[in-house]
Order: sequence, then C-alpha cells, then structure tokens
Amino acid sequence: MAATGEAVLDVRGLTRLYGAGCPDCLVLTGPDAGTNICPQCHAIVACNNISFDLEQGEILGIVGESGSGKSTLLRCICFDEEATAGECYFAAFGTGRDDAFSQTGQARRYIRNHLLGIVYQNPLMGIKPHFTAGGNVAEKLLTADVYNVSLIRQRAATLLQRTEVPLARMDDFPANFSGGMQQRVQIAKALANNPPVLLLDEVSTGLDVSVQARVLDLIKEIQRDLGIAMIVVSHDLGVIRLLADRTGVMQHGQVIEFGLTDQILEDPQHRYTQLLVHSML
Amino acid sequence: MGNVLSVRQLSKHFILHILGGKVIAGCEEIGFDLKQGEFLGLTGPSGAGKSTVLKCIYRTYLPTSGQMLYTGKDGRQIDLACAPEREMIRLRRREIGYVSQFLKVMPRVPAVDVLAGELRQKGWEMERARQRAREFLKIMDINQALWDAYPSTFSGGEQQRINLARTLITEPRLLLLDEPTASLDIVTRQIVIRVLKDSKAAGATMIGVFHDLDVMGRLVDRVFGIEAGRSSTQCSPPQVATDLTPVPGHYYDSASVECGAGASTDRRGSGRIASREDTL
Repeated sequence: MAATGEAVLDVRGLTRLYGAGCPDCLVLTGPDAGTNICPQCHAIVACNNISFDLEQGEILGIVGESGSGKSTLLRCICFDEEATAGECYFAAFGTGRDDAFSQTGQARRYIRNHLLGIVYQNPLMGIKPHFTAGGNVAEKLLTADVYNVSLIRQRAATLLQRTEVPLARMDDFPANFSGGMQQRVQIAKALANNPPVLLLDEVSTGLDVSVQARVLDLIKEIQRDLGIAMIVVSHDLGVIRLLADRTGVMQHGQVIEFGLTDQILEDPQHRYTQLLVHSML
Repeated sequence: MGNVLSVRQLSKHFILHILGGKVIAGCEEIGFDLKQGEFLGLTGPSGAGKSTVLKCIYRTYLPTSGQMLYTGKDGRQIDLACAPEREMIRLRRREIGYVSQFLKVMPRVPAVDVLAGELRQKGWEMERARQRAREFLKIMDINQALWDAYPSTFSGGEQQRINLARTLITEPRLLLLDEPTASLDIVTRQIVIRVLKDSKAAGATMIGVFHDLDVMGRLVDRVFGIEAGRSSTQCSPPQVATDLTPVPGHYYDSASVECGAGASTDRRGSGRIASREDTL
C-alpha cells in the first residue's frame, strides 16, 4: 500500500536533554560544534529540535553514528523517555492535534498500547522470555483491550505464522529460542494491536545474515500489506536503502540532512553524510 | 501533442567536502524537450554527464539549478527540480520509472516476487501480481526454472533483464534508461530492444543513455549529445554514424562506432557469480 498523503504522526521540535541544561545548550552543541555536550553546563543534548512527519504506509529511515540520538528519538516517541521539549501528534489520538507529550499517564498508555508498535534491538526488551510465544502476543492484545481468549489465540497464531515462527513452538518459551526467532516473536507482538505506527530500533543488527534477510523482507511485506507507517533506525545504510522511502541523517543530536533515500546515498549534501556514505562497504 | 518533459538550463555540481569543498561539474545548462511517446537518446563519452542528467530527472541527484517541467497524467505541471520529496515518491510509484545499470534487490526474494512486489506497491492483490509477473518473465525470456530463484544468483544478462522488467511491469509514463543494453549478448539485446519497442508502441515516453550506437539507432527518435557536461549535438539517429564518424579526435571515432555496431563488449563478465554490490 502506498503512502496516502495523510500524516499519521507529526513530531515538532522534539528535544531531549540529559542533565540540568542551560539556555544555550541547543546553540552550543551540534555538528558545527562537533559535540552534543554543552560546554557551559555539561548537559548532553541527545535530540536537538527534531521535526518531521510520517504518512500512512511510509517508511522513514534514520541513520547516524552511535550516540547521535537516533534511539533516544524513538524512545521519546513511545514514552520510554520523557521529551524535554517539543510536541508529538498522532492522527488517531483525540482530535489529531492533541499533543501526546503533554498527556497524562493514562492517555500515554492508551497511545502506546493502541497506536504504537515497538521493536527493540534487543528482543528481550520487547518480549518476556518466560511467557510463551503466544502469551507474549496475547499480552499486547490484552493491553489493547482484546479479552476474547479464542480470538487472542487465533490472532497470535496468525501473527506468529506471518513472522515465520513455527506454530508448534507457539506454547514454548522464547528464552529457549534463537536470537532471530526471538526477534520475530517481538515483531509479531508489536504488530498484535495493528498499530498505525511501528518503531523499529536496529531490528536486524546482530542477527545472522540469513535471518536478517527474512526479517527485512517481512518488514517490507508488512508495509505493503497493512499500510503501517514505520520509523526504521539503523546505522546500516544497506538496511536503510532496502527499506526506507525517505531518510534523515543524525549527528550530535541534530538532523543534518533529510531527503529521498537514494538521494541521500548517491548525492549526499552534508559533510558528515558524505563521509558516512563513502565509508560504506 | 504537448511536452511530457521540458528540461531548461539544468546544471548539477557536486561539492566534495572530503576534498576540501572541491566542486565537480556533472552537467552544465542542459536543455531539451520531450514529446509524449518520444524516445530521446543521450550519447557522449564516459563521464560526460549523461547519467547525471537522468539521475537529476529522477531526483536521485539534487539539481544545482535549472528547471525540469514534467506534465503529469492529470495534466498538472510539476518542476521536478524542486518538487517535494513525497511528490517525487508518488511520481516514482505511478509515473516515472528508472532503470539503473545494476540490479539492486532485497536478498532472498524470488524473481517472480521481485516483479510482483512492484505491483503490490501499486495496490495489486498478490495472486494477480504474481500472475502478471510470470507473464513478464516470459516476455523477458527468463528461463522458467529461474522464476523462483533469487536474482542475485543470476547471470549478468539475466539480472539486467530482471532490472528492466521490474520497472517496465509498472508501465511508467516516463522511462529513464541508463545503458539498458550494456554488457548484453546479441540475443539478449534483441529481447531488450523488442521489449522497449513494445513499451514505446504502448505510448511510453523514454530517455536512454547508450554507448551502443547500433542499438540506439534502432530505438530512438532523436539524439542528444553531451560532452564534458554540455550539450554538443542534436540530430536524428540515422545521421549518427555518418555525421559523427569522420571528425578527428571526436568521441565517435571509427573504432568506437565499430565497437558499438559489432558484437557487444562484455565488460562485466557473466557466469553465475553474483556481484557483491548487487546483493547487499
């Protein structure tokens, strides 16, 4: 399914500081300063005034070196961390112009349980290893207010099948699964509530190449079949090239360049992006 | 009929920060018009800027200056030089196709699904998309035994055809071809020529970069020469060999024309060893 022109997620001026912060933090850090640590107050500026929107069915890639703020950006959007400043709007929440960051805990839980799917780099952050594979999917469905057991069972089976976890292992514990299979359980769980927005943080990093190929293909398939919008964070430009329509490049907490993915890879404008692209194997 | 594309004073410069901000000129003040259903051939020596022009039109490169006015299916005129990214994504999915010199595909996706995937992007239902993909593999004369195999294991010529097929299957209105017949054997070249002629007959407007002047002469309506980034010659294809051959020191010396007209020069090699770059 192609992008439809309707923004499902709109992020404005997202900023995240670690430390007390001073009025000059945002100005004194960034690519020009060559650091994300404020020289005055020593606060770390993980995300510096980041704005973008995401259409239905669109995949947005975020690349950048370790510590550039990619993961913090995702963690703020899913409330794992508190954004220091900025707004975030979900089309499916409230009137569509209600800032998610200024909501109470209850509304935030609603957004997280109903409107978001999150896949972490480490599968054990997203799944419980001592719940069965099916139980993990069920957990997500329960939080999204689905209580009918046979329905849950059915949906879990469908999702696990889709992510190619053998049904024979639906009632086994992920603790006994391989890393690749744990990752696929995590993706199945993230998809359980049929979220309009899926956040993927380095999903294929650390998987062996054969599993990586299947996971990437699965993600592409999910986009095509379900029209789910995604933010894919990765430091692997190959992954970004295969998945993302548009890509943003981050360095020292700032988005330094935004563009069509092939343009970012073949005609990078910013000094750092050129270095990144030319370092690609 | 109106112009599908009007390129006006298109220039592209690359600023290489790694070399201390050195500026490399890609192309300089290129201009041409393209009518609906027309096939324009771009020629010139390696590094002249032919591919740069194509990539600017597809917006893989951000043009430095100039206009590229594209008239869409709905009659709306869009300047591709400054169209928003999402507009470009929409146009790429629906109207403008680009065929690169090398195949880049998702690893471990069978050939039939590579083609079907393109149609799925346009909202086709899976079985129907696969059916059409099989028809297309047949048109491209890909051995049926390979349909369910991964294209990264294919020979150079087969990969080239898959590459062309995945763009043609979406029936783009404007087709940009970067050396569609480079490093193909004579039989495969014939297939590609036939398929491109069919697309033209179906109404597609096309721009192609060619080194093989024989192939170009059989396909294009008009030739646009580029040398050192600038427009050099414009002529109709039958003149190509006669007009340009005798000029001493010119790109089209007799050797290159002979080479172009004769057997293809296989620079990439074939065989079943996949290029690493393609499988990334």
